Amino acid sequence: MRPFAYHRAETPDAAVKAAVYALDGEAQAPPPGAPVQFIAGGTTMLDLMKLDVMHPRTLIDISGISGSIEIGEGGLRLGALVRMSDAADHPVIRRDYPMIAQSLMLAASQQLRNMASLGGNVLQRTRCAYFRDVTYAQCNKRRPGSGCAALQGMNRQHAVLGTSDACIATYPGDFAQALIALDAQVEIVGPRGTRRLAFADLHRAPGERPDIETVLAADELIGAFTVPAGPWTRRSLYLKIRDRQSYAFALASAAVALEMDGGAMREVRIGLGGVATIPWRAREAEEALRGKVLDEDSARVAAEAAFAGAHGLEHNSFKIELGKRTLVRALLGAGRMEVPQ
Amino acid sequence: MSLPPSEHAPQPGQSLGRHTSDVRALVPVRLRVNGVEHALELDIRTTLLDALREHIGLTGSKKGCDQGQCGACTVLLDGRRVLGCLTLAVMAQGFEITTIEGLAGADGALHPMQQAFIDHDAFQCGYCTPGQILSAVACVAEGHANTDADIREYMSGNLCRCAAYPNILAAVKQARSVQAHPGMEGA
Repeated sequence: MRPFAYHRAETPDAAVKAAVYALDGEAQAPPPGAPVQFIAGGTTMLDLMKLDVMHPRTLIDISGISGSIEIGEGGLRLGALVRMSDAADHPVIRRDYPMIAQSLMLAASQQLRNMASLGGNVLQRTRCAYFRDVTYAQCNKRRPGSGCAALQGMNRQHAVLGTSDACIATYPGDFAQALIALDAQVEIVGPRGTRRLAFADLHRAPGERPDIETVLAADELIGAFTVPAGPWTRRSLYLKIRDRQSYAFALASAAVALEMDGGAMREVRIGLGGVATIPWRAREAEEALRGKVLDEDSARVAAEAAFAGAHGLEHNSFKIELGKRTLVRALLGAGRMEVPQ
Repeated sequence: MSLPPSEHAPQPGQSLGRHTSDVRALVPVRLRVNGVEHALELDIRTTLLDALREHIGLTGSKKGCDQGQCGACTVLLDGRRVLGCLTLAVMAQGFEITTIEGLAGADGALHPMQQAFIDHDAFQCGYCTPGQILSAVACVAEGHANTDADIREYMSGNLCRCAAYPNILAAVKQARSVQAHPGMEGA
């Protein structure tokens, strides 16, 4: 690990001020490569610093900033500094937003969930082995313009949706799939005040610049997530398929929320994980299901729609069928849930 | 260029970015481990795990992967289990840190979880055991040890290459009935 300057901030505003000061007006690299980084749980940051994938000049410690969970009739507000385990274990979230609780509980291990903040979690960086191993010269995410070793390499874990010729790295998180499915918003604290944005607009598809992962500036900090209430949040679940039963990243996952009207679906929300380069909303699949009766056939039609644009390579084409089956199983499971009205 | 508010102004060893002259200067770090205060001078890069093992001399916490993947470095901060290898020592200040050396009572009586691991032969080589035991103590205290499936799920962050998992499960089940109160009580 390379040396760095360390500064502890006690409030979001102080953290942003410290970031502005440390950046010193320097031409700013996009946040993942910026010389100034915020650290909360540190579970991604320190890991990547040890691997020399990230080498910030300055770390601003925001772990002491408080985060709270607020629940009202309008929905849910999750402070960015809430730890994953605290949100996963929250009784009201478990009851009214089971998809959110499950997406958090099925991620990482309890030790990591006790450390990792919700804000840091959505910014977790890919597990692509070529990104994490600096002995590979080619990685457009790590060294812009150097190429992508995964395209012709061992790409079993890689994405089939949202890919480009420059990058096929999978977005690794789970919680983000729940946020995108439930139309969450994100509050961003920066030197020019607070701005709000749809969570779906936070991450950028890799395109030609996979090193730019979000629309955040280097001096901006996620403050909170808000999730609007809706009749579909209680009938929701997160299904995660992995190589081992626990403590592994998704090969394919589905976040599904349904509002039923008799046997028909009035509203459908679908997020997909493990298969895409960014948090993925499957709007085509939602459209295919809205107003239809939920059964295996309609679910399969929706799954086909969700993966119509999928692009598999030598080792990851299995994810296309796996992803479809995961979505079918998640939809049918949500349909069978017993939900108190 | 404006300075941050004075209360957040850089302290010695905490200076910011290009404005610092020596990021390699040692910084004072105070850690409270198993009830004992330790005043250390550390390279800012020092992890909690390295501070415990190399600077304080408590080698019970093990370094397995050093990447947050194996759980051998698990320690408790204010009773919550975390990974020492992915925690900067400077960020562990102000917490009550518990390591495997702090579990037994002052009279040497083993914590019920330690005794259960012995009773059920819940290890072979023993390298993962300190992390397993601290994780298990927290697992029970969290209320995540009610069913076999829960124990397996909530202990999945602690890998055992000897695959003593069935015996670890049995040990956690024995200790959960004895570990009456949440927390770190020795008996």
